[in-house]
Amino acid sequence: MHTFDLSMEHITKVEGSAALNLRVVDGRVKEVHFALTEYKRFFTEALKGKSLAAIPPHLARICGTCSNAHIMASIEACEKALGIVPTSQTKLLRALTMHGLMIRDHALHLYLFSLPDIFGKDAFLDLDENDSIEHQLLHDGFDTKSAGNFLATLVAGRSVHATYPVIGGYLKFPDPAGVAEAIEKLQAIRPAVRRLVEIFKNAPFHFDRQTKYMALVPDNNYGYLEGKIMTSAGESYDESQFRAHLEHVVLPYSQASAYTYEGEGYMVGALARLNLAKDKLHPKTKESLAAVLKLFPATDIYLNNVAQAVEILHAVDESIEILSNQMFSPEPVIKAEVKESVGVGVIEAPRGTLYHKLVIGADGQVKEGEVVVPTGQNQINIERDIARLVQELVDQNTAQEKIAPEIEKLIRAYDPCMSCGSHFLKVNWE
Amino acid sequence: MTGPNNQEKIKIGWFTFSCCEDNLIVMTEVMNDHWQDWKKLFDFRHVRVLKSHNILDELDIAFVEGALASPEQEAKVKDIRARSKKLVAVGACAVVGLPAGQRNYFTPEQKANIDFLLTRFDALPAVKKVADVVSVDGEIPGCPMTPEDFLTKVNALVAELRPAV
Repeated sequence: MHTFDLSMEHITKVEGSAALNLRVVDGRVKEVHFALTEYKRFFTEALKGKSLAAIPPHLARICGTCSNAHIMASIEACEKALGIVPTSQTKLLRALTMHGLMIRDHALHLYLFSLPDIFGKDAFLDLDENDSIEHQLLHDGFDTKSAGNFLATLVAGRSVHATYPVIGGYLKFPDPAGVAEAIEKLQAIRPAVRRLVEIFKNAPFHFDRQTKYMALVPDNNYGYLEGKIMTSAGESYDESQFRAHLEHVVLPYSQASAYTYEGEGYMVGALARLNLAKDKLHPKTKESLAAVLKLFPATDIYLNNVAQAVEILHAVDESIEILSNQMFSPEPVIKAEVKESVGVGVIEAPRGTLYHKLVIGADGQVKEGEVVVPTGQNQINIERDIARLVQELVDQNTAQEKIAPEIEKLIRAYDPCMSCGSHFLKVNWE
Repeated sequence: MTGPNNQEKIKIGWFTFSCCEDNLIVMTEVMNDHWQDWKKLFDFRHVRVLKSHNILDELDIAFVEGALASPEQEAKVKDIRARSKKLVAVGACAVVGLPAGQRNYFTPEQKANIDFLLTRFDALPAVKKVADVVSVDGEIPGCPMTPEDFLTKVNALVAELRPAV
């Protein structure tokens, strides 16, 4: 019978730093601790006393790769608190900002982190340039990331810690030459993205997981910034009610906060979004991927990778449509008087539902804040799934040295972000 | 371009401490346009975001991002320093210690709110920038660093370490 302790000090090819400790005694998994090991930087404590305008760039520094999502969530929280309603052009620029992020971030995860597992390679750069398929994928990967980076830079100033989006609007606007170049780059990567969808659809990895899926779902399109919180059980809530349904769970070995939904683990992210809203994808995306979309709703965690690839194609198609039909012109940033208020921003970040809450004093300074990130919401399920996976591998008499890579592969399918997950001090709300 | 053989490739390490990893993301974006050259020039020996089998022996260039928040991180960066011909601090957290070290400037009330967490995870009383702990051969400031600054530094180091390439 297997009896062993497995300690993985560093999970590789993920965002940020995580560790895993598990114990197997007499062939039974007794303990699994999936710990986020990044040191806290106390962003929610540090925002106390800051003026509202400083909050979006401040909270963006929680996470490099998700930074533009944090900016969008905190801008929404600030605007809700101030009663600002963004213009239709601002809404389109924000949609494009999110599409640039989704392309860049999903492509990083799919090509650089997950694709090597499919090809039995240690690194994406180890793909063989003399093999026609692998050669194509190397170029696909960097071209796709580059197109997302270009779109984000054009619309938001930078793809990391964007400088153009602010409370009330944008500081700069895409120029016609940049728009034309973006359309050209997006059109050029469309075949690559379709190849990516096929590769992950045909990947030989599966892990069926019954759980509740949750996402912010817009009324009329597949987007990330507006709508209602919906679950796979048919529940629906306003954004402001989202937090009321979550319970904070302290994992004493982890720097992060974990959450349950009405006492149970749940999943957020691309798989949840596609399960709940695939009918709202861009028409061209639906037409191109009709066969793939029949896989959803799905309970196979590895289809989170396929869902991310689908979202890249949706981002390409919707961005091309917006950029082709919208003339962008400078407009002033909307200003509002500060007042004592509470603002909540809920958006869909690449890895799932992201929640920012700000309590603002009459002087316009922030009194308190709270941030709930996607990885914290998935952490309970990740831990339980690792326990089940290891138990199955032990039951099959799998060699110990083969267990760790299988665990890493499953963790990667969730696409956790430890930078986001570990930098909060839990606030107890009255 | 003609690259060096495997033995002559420049051994690269990228190490992340307390930060948001924005510089790492910028590096992976710079890679979009330079990966073919970098494959010929660099042995990515210890870059966890790129690969699973990382080797920490001798490095030509160690890029260090993030501030240092624990005695364990101090020991780690000293070990990296001892193994590296060149150590470059990248990004604001590594170069000036902020914003990762914002708790250093908290009010007494704010410090009281977080003390139990510093104790639980054996954190340093004050967060340090990289140069507080080891000598650095170069710094690339910015939050995040700009792609241009990074490329300029990388190209200068390549010219210094492999003048024939």
